[in-house]
Amino acid sequence: MLTETDLAALWITLKLAGLTTLILILLGTPLAWWLARTRFRGKVVVEAVVALPLVLPPTVLGFYLLLALGPNGPIGRLMEALGGHALAFTFAGLVVGSVLYSLPFVVQPLQDAFSTVGRRPLEVAATLRASPLDRFLTVAVPLARPGFLTAAVLGFAHTVGEFGVVLMIGGSIPGETRVLSIAIYEHVEALEYGRAHMLAGGLLVLSFLMLLAVYGWNRRFRLVRP
Amino acid sequence: MLIRRCWIAVALLLVCELAVADEIRVAVASNFATTSEAIAQRFEETSGHQVTLVFGSTGKHYAQIRNGAPFEAFLAADERHPEMLESDGSAVPGSRFTYAIGRLVLWSPEAGYVDAEGLVLEGSDFRHLAIANPKLAPYGRAAQEVLRSRGLWEGLQRRLVRGENISQAFQFVKSGNAELGFVALSQVTSPERQPETGSRWPVPEGLHTPIRQQAVLLEDSAATRAFGEFVRSEEARSIIRSFGYRTP
Repeated sequence: MLTETDLAALWITLKLAGLTTLILILLGTPLAWWLARTRFRGKVVVEAVVALPLVLPPTVLGFYLLLALGPNGPIGRLMEALGGHALAFTFAGLVVGSVLYSLPFVVQPLQDAFSTVGRRPLEVAATLRASPLDRFLTVAVPLARPGFLTAAVLGFAHTVGEFGVVLMIGGSIPGETRVLSIAIYEHVEALEYGRAHMLAGGLLVLSFLMLLAVYGWNRRFRLVRP
Repeated sequence: MLIRRCWIAVALLLVCELAVADEIRVAVASNFATTSEAIAQRFEETSGHQVTLVFGSTGKHYAQIRNGAPFEAFLAADERHPEMLESDGSAVPGSRFTYAIGRLVLWSPEAGYVDAEGLVLEGSDFRHLAIANPKLAPYGRAAQEVLRSRGLWEGLQRRLVRGENISQAFQFVKSGNAELGFVALSQVTSPERQPETGSRWPVPEGLHTPIRQQAVLLEDSAATRAFGEFVRSEEARSIIRSFGYRTP
């Protein structure tokens, strides 16, 4: 069965994907809300920046992150000025990399969902004297629920499947930065095909079941909704 | 008339085809990329054959070759993979030879950081020591042997960062994310670029198993045989040495 280091890799992957998704939902919601509602012309620039991680090959993105996180890079300098350590080769560094890497996968579905909600329900709520925060939390967010689900699933799945960025900034430290995709890759490269198949197969089955559960749950929810 | 002209054209094309030399595709270990480019260029000039180089990790190339990748020769980063290809019949029998012996060096971009005996490894003022992954890369295995021979391997586990290959270990150090690392001498010495500054400890070869990089032919043709012979020639060997390798 799975060895201890492979289990550790599985745990780190789930922890990384979970934490990244949580941070992205927290950061992405206000950003997507703003993008969906603003009439500011410079919005296209922000949209383009959000989509950028889609363009760069992951290893290239990872390489620039490695330079940025290093002691001579802007993030590394900032960290040192704040009295912290450089982030490369740490779990925190992987979270930073993954948040950047999966950003468009969370922001874009949320932005679409908020746009679909439109202004009308919010204006109606405003006439009923709902405060802006109230309107956002009790009208916009519930109506955009499918968008939140898609964003969370895509953000999580994309981080589980992340490889190039982690390869560049992780350093494959067992129990710290060695995630599942790296473990599978190392097994393949080391010609341990049996162990690679087991991990890859397990990952596929697990991901499929997870997606099935989420979509199934969402469907049932929609059916009961009036 | 027209048909006859066509025949002449076809005949001419055929003759040209025969006169134009063959094109061979060579899978090359990433650490040998720049060296192999210099060799291929000389080979093309002297033989008239065309060489296409495909760089990648030796493990990946091995899997591709086993699954029918169209390579005619393979310059690997170790001896294990060419041996396996030879024993399972994917390579031309008897075509395997050592073309370069890699040299390991402990390097830091900071002057005076690495001392002449590598005693810096025993200190505690570095957060990260970069090596190539010992499971995947021969340079990583050599680095592991050096650390083991000094009794430092276990103690350094939390501070070791592993690159997928030796190029990545080099990047970790070069970008300053790791203070020092075991890299290939060929990465800090190259006739084509400024040598890397900083400080280094060239690891005595007695401390690890020699990093023998072997080549194997995957197809028996005049062009591949000529390529194999050229790689073994004194001219190619002097190119290889100028890039920081030893030759057998």
